[in-house]
Amino acid sequence: MARPVRFNIHPIQADIKDNISMVNAPEGHTGEGFFATQLSSVVGLARKNSLWPLPFATSCCGIEFMSVMASHYDLARFGAERLAFSPRQCDLLMVMGTIAKKMGPILKQVYLQMAEPRWVMAVGACASSGGIFDTYSVLQGIDQVVPVDVYVPGCPPRPEAIIDGFIRIQELVGNESVRRRNSDEYKALLHGYGIQ
Amino acid sequence: MGLTNETIKERLVAKFGEQVSHFEEPYGLLTFEVPKELNLKVMQFLFDDAELQFRFLTDLTAVHYPDQKGRELAVVYHLHNLVDNVRLRFKVPTAIEEPDIFTATQLYSAANWMERETYDFFGINFVGHPNLKRILNVDEMEYFPMRKEFPLEDQTRIDKDDAMFGRTALEGPSRREAPQT
Repeated sequence: MARPVRFNIHPIQADIKDNISMVNAPEGHTGEGFFATQLSSVVGLARKNSLWPLPFATSCCGIEFMSVMASHYDLARFGAERLAFSPRQCDLLMVMGTIAKKMGPILKQVYLQMAEPRWVMAVGACASSGGIFDTYSVLQGIDQVVPVDVYVPGCPPRPEAIIDGFIRIQELVGNESVRRRNSDEYKALLHGYGIQ
Repeated sequence: MGLTNETIKERLVAKFGEQVSHFEEPYGLLTFEVPKELNLKVMQFLFDDAELQFRFLTDLTAVHYPDQKGRELAVVYHLHNLVDNVRLRFKVPTAIEEPDIFTATQLYSAANWMERETYDFFGINFVGHPNLKRILNVDEMEYFPMRKEFPLEDQTRIDKDDAMFGRTALEGPSRREAPQT
């Protein structure tokens, strides 16, 4: 019997009623025609839900990241739809994979090219600590070169772990004070890495 | 009738006599040893000879034998005769205090990067090399990592348990040693 040809002419419409997650408004005072809240929570809300990641993938953790970006795990759900490959446009540097000592200055250069505010996530054992590559040629953790906000353990981490790390980054971004990047502590931190 | 190991050996002995030594054939690969003053002469002979014509440098590296006093480092050349498809290997020993070996770059252009790599990892000083500097490791590296006195592990780490990672402190007993009773 011939197989009936099907055309998708009557597609099932997705049920979007009560099925879309929206970000809640920050705490504040509402009244007739006005809403008052802190600037930092509005800025944080905007920033955390529109992070632009810069993938710096050098090995197998990068493969895991590819599946995080693809439809199955879909990092775009968290507002990170736009991966940019120019550090000047990005907010979040995701370092995934072994960083050789010779790669260290390049990683630092990429970090320096990013505009403030910028965050760094070390994905996997190698980026966090050198991992199994306890050897003369491998950088023993990218925090020797750039400051790191979130470390994701695993060798390589599951996509869920990378997403978890991303959510932690979002928490940091959402709760960050607007004045943090001008603070003396932050300047001292950058100074500790030789960044003025 | 191809080129046999016997023929190569005869030609070499006829030309250089006792100075080429330690002939072996592990897995059929002709292997011998050449004093370091002669490495270029032997290579030139193998290259130019109408019968031998070893015109391809397959590999150039070094080995560190810390137990052999006076000849700790050996530079290894792998040559290939592309006409008869015959390979050979020869080693040039040198003392670690004076690791000067003549460069093969004039004969084989491929030797340029290979000698840089050998310098990078073993610290062989190739005399006459056009650009002898590190090729793979960071320029700031202050030692030659493939020499056996240097442990494999990165010595700058302090967060790992040294005893668990084969990096015991030089002074004091290691934690792995059994306690004296």
